[in-house]
Amino acid sequence: MGTTASQLRKDLLSEYQELTFLTKREIILAHKRFSELLSKEDRNVPTPRVPMEKVLSLPELKSNPFRKRISHVFSTSDMKDGSLTFEDFLDLLSAFSDSATLEIKSHYAFRIFDFDDDGTLDGGDLEKLVNCLTGETDDTRLTTEEMRQLISNILEESDIDKDGTVNLSEFQHVISRSPDFVSSFKIVL
Amino acid sequence: MPSQKKNDIAIRMEDVGIEIDGELDSGSEGKNRKAKASPRAGGRNGKPATTEDEEEEEDQDEAPRKRARKKKASAQDSEEEEEEDDRSAKRKGTKAAGRKKKAVKEEEEEEEEEKRGKKKKGGKGDAKGKGGKEKGSGKDKKKENGNSSSSGESGDEDSLSEGEMASLKEEVEEKKKLIATLRNKPWRMKRRLKLLKECQAFVEEFEGALGKGKGRKLYAYKVMMAKKMIKFNRDFDNFKTACIPWERKIKEVESHFGSSVASYFIFLRWMYGLNLVLFAFMFGLVVLPEVMMGLPYGSIPRKTVPRAEQDRAMDISVLLDFGGYCKYSILFYGFYNDERTIGVLQFRLPLSYLLVGVGIFGYSLMVVIRTMARNSDEGGDGGDDGQFTFAFKMFTSWDYLIGNPETADNKYASITTSFKESIVDEQENQKDENIHLRRFLRVLANFLILCSLGGSGFLIYFVVKRSQEFANLDQDELSWFEKNEVEFVMSLLGLVCPPLFETIAELEEYHPRIALKWQLGRIFALFLGNLYTFLFALFDEVNAKLEKEKSIRNATIWGLNEYYSNYSSYHNTTDIPPPDIHPADVIRGPCWETAVGIEFVKLTVSDIQVTYMTILIGDFLRAMIVRFLNYCWCWDLEAGFPSYGEFDISGNVLGLIFNQGMIWMGAFYAPGLVGLNVLRLLTSMYYQCWAVMSCNVPHERVFKASKSNNFYMGLLLLVLFLSLLPVVYTIMTLPPSFDCGPFSGREQMYNVVMETIENDLPAFIGNIFTYATNPGLILPAVLLMVLAIYYLNATSKNYQNANLELKKKMQMARDEEKNRRNNKENTNQVMQDLEDLLPNRSLLPPAAAEEKPPLEIVREKGSKPPKVAKRPGAAANGKGVNIQKDVSLAAPNPKAAVTHPPGPRGPSGNARGPPPGPARGRGRGTPPSRR
Repeated sequence: MGTTASQLRKDLLSEYQELTFLTKREIILAHKRFSELLSKEDRNVPTPRVPMEKVLSLPELKSNPFRKRISHVFSTSDMKDGSLTFEDFLDLLSAFSDSATLEIKSHYAFRIFDFDDDGTLDGGDLEKLVNCLTGETDDTRLTTEEMRQLISNILEESDIDKDGTVNLSEFQHVISRSPDFVSSFKIVL
Repeated sequence: MPSQKKNDIAIRMEDVGIEIDGELDSGSEGKNRKAKASPRAGGRNGKPATTEDEEEEEDQDEAPRKRARKKKASAQDSEEEEEEDDRSAKRKGTKAAGRKKKAVKEEEEEEEEEKRGKKKKGGKGDAKGKGGKEKGSGKDKKKENGNSSSSGESGDEDSLSEGEMASLKEEVEEKKKLIATLRNKPWRMKRRLKLLKECQAFVEEFEGALGKGKGRKLYAYKVMMAKKMIKFNRDFDNFKTACIPWERKIKEVESHFGSSVASYFIFLRWMYGLNLVLFAFMFGLVVLPEVMMGLPYGSIPRKTVPRAEQDRAMDISVLLDFGGYCKYSILFYGFYNDERTIGVLQFRLPLSYLLVGVGIFGYSLMVVIRTMARNSDEGGDGGDDGQFTFAFKMFTSWDYLIGNPETADNKYASITTSFKESIVDEQENQKDENIHLRRFLRVLANFLILCSLGGSGFLIYFVVKRSQEFANLDQDELSWFEKNEVEFVMSLLGLVCPPLFETIAELEEYHPRIALKWQLGRIFALFLGNLYTFLFALFDEVNAKLEKEKSIRNATIWGLNEYYSNYSSYHNTTDIPPPDIHPADVIRGPCWETAVGIEFVKLTVSDIQVTYMTILIGDFLRAMIVRFLNYCWCWDLEAGFPSYGEFDISGNVLGLIFNQGMIWMGAFYAPGLVGLNVLRLLTSMYYQCWAVMSCNVPHERVFKASKSNNFYMGLLLLVLFLSLLPVVYTIMTLPPSFDCGPFSGREQMYNVVMETIENDLPAFIGNIFTYATNPGLILPAVLLMVLAIYYLNATSKNYQNANLELKKKMQMARDEEKNRRNNKENTNQVMQDLEDLLPNRSLLPPAAAEEKPPLEIVREKGSKPPKVAKRPGAAANGKGVNIQKDVSLAAPNPKAAVTHPPGPRGPSGNARGPPPGPARGRGRGTPPSRR
């Protein structure tokens, strides 16, 4: 641990503390976990990236149905392969940390749910979202009829301007009413 | 160095060119920038605004158009016209803000384009998003202040004019604010990092220039202190989080069982913290002083085991009943001496004892209420539940903490069920199948539960009464069971009744969530009833003891008088030494306080035993049997009947809360109880963590912690209040025992306070006190408080109303904006209707619309239905849907409707003139009712 921790420069550490909702200890832990994910040859690259498969193998993300989306949303990779740098990783942890604000959390939640990255949650996004939530097995899947019903209900509730999609402000409006979104939108290393 | 930097920047500025200067020349350009930046950050057009690089930005810009196009495709309208409309809406559209935004944005883009084009230097060439802009403004600033600021560095900052100073100061403050709020921005780390560095550099550079002449040093000092303070705060926060115990354990539980089970452990940890503080009070201010400075054991009667009990005082059975040496130890009330001051420090033990006893309640109340307030602060207002049931299920039902595949599977299943359930609920909202039977069953269930509650209450009363009879008999003849009957019965009731209630509750067929609430309420009633029956029975006992004590006291006084008179007549002297009796032989009263304390301690201990045994047998043993007997059993034990236990969250939380109630009640009579409780919580943290991880399975229906946290806090508060009552009652009314405890010899316990005020404090404080306790003063004070409560209540209601009003307004504004942006498509029927009804609109000469409608309507019908069906989707009751559909289908082409007067529609056939208001109003007025 000593060696990995020392890799994180002190000024950088304090800047990260300034910029994220994480404490010093959490950042150091994150750095340690991140270094573990790196392969040997990557360690010498100035800004190493961890490929998506490795990120998804983290126990904290392993059973999350949105793991691929999470990785995509937080990735800054040009290749769109969902690989994460350490800063991306910190971004992720910060958004999912205990003390992050509702605004940040709902923003990222929106991005995660927006499967086609077009800036709104439309029917297709919602369908994918439902499929994610109900799991992969067939017996938990909803029928098409149920799906249609469900999506129309959701749109009716949250689509305030009635354009058939849920946009960010509508999404945040809904989320801000939720009593338990903040407490469950959390990933702790 | 600064000057060099400045040069550098100046050069770059020249490179960048005049665009910036042209646009921003006033001192307020920082604000200007900010205003521009914020709409972008806040999500232009309601979109995620994480625009990091140009491409993304363009993407974003593209999106609305794309969407518009999509709609176009569906509407099958002429592309050009739509495009133009789109443009017009955006550029010279009605909404000023929108236009401004757009314009500003374009300017920015151009400007940045310009920058990119002109810039030759690599370094920060790619002026990105806000970072770039801020940089720009920073540069601007520097240029503006130009020579003066850099020369200011070298000494004469007087050259800075007042206005410049002010603006600079403002800028610095702004930057500081930005630094503080940077983490709230959903940007990439790189960008934030860059911005942070820039801001910090800026602040660093210009902060020094602020503050003139004499004020400068002070200012610099202030700045330095602020920096130190920030650093210290951060370190302190780090330290605080590092001090929170069991993070890892709880995280493990969280990932295995979801946040609901973990919430119990978090609650347990919170409780542990609270009890630690209580323990510190009790130990530091009462127990420790008595041990250090008080008289040792055996010096006075109250600190000595009486002769009759001495030979058995060390027996383990006696000690386990908290008799013998335990009874005459520091653990209980009776041991404390009534000396006003003890030791060299002149420590006023009796006073301290009373204040700590009351202070414990005060502190607990404060902490509980503070926590409740904080809890209710976070996480939505939750005011309008039911408005977003589906959306909540959709967007917030996943528990991101879950890291265990099994739990995840359960979660999937439970989410699916909840989806299906809510759909079914929606469909069969008022399906009434044999409502009479259900009602009857519910009444029956409630009756049964009331019976069992009453029965348990009576049982406890009966048992306590019987134990009093037993107490009068010889201790040796009683069996162990007879001695511990009360605790045994109470624990047993607590063990048996909740499952019984659950079974009975199945008659009611409530929704699981409602059923859970009922269950909680019933268990609560049971516990409370039991506790209070126990208390009342105890009061009877106390009263009996008081009677007995009175006679003993009289006997003692009489004996002493006899002794004195005999002594004086025998020795013929008035100088009488006190009777030479060994402390163990002195006749003493029953000391009811200690008896009460013992009862509570016994109750707590038996509670601990029962809880731990239940876990051991109910969970561990069951898990063992299921696990290992499964190999040789006729059916599948794991999936079938016994299976593994689930963690009973509500039961455990309630248990914890009631345990705490007993601690609060008992702490005054048994100072050692708090310490015992700390031990209990500590062990149960490890024990239950272990048990839950090793022998429980995740819930089939994974609940979320949700607001129940505050619900538990509310229960705790209630219990706290209820446990406060008897203690305060005893303190205020019952006379303390005459020969034991810190208040012996006084009429009332609170007399200690009076004594202190009279003897130890200056006279005027005593005066103040007498005035303050005067009814004439107390009554107005109470009245004032009531008025204040009334006033606050009224204001809060007003605020609520205002809030509601604002919400409505917001929604309307949003609708409007969207409407405009989408070029008045039929996104909002209500607004459209309104516009239709406006006279000046309807009176406009109708144009091409006249010819179009028939065709358009047909087309609309072809393309719209899916969307329409989606929207009014209340779906459920067919009637509603039909009406809605009819209505929306009846609507003419939306575009035509807005830009032109209504086309020929309806039987009225009044084509040209303004439409007959009422008819329209009725026809299309339906939609509003549903919003």
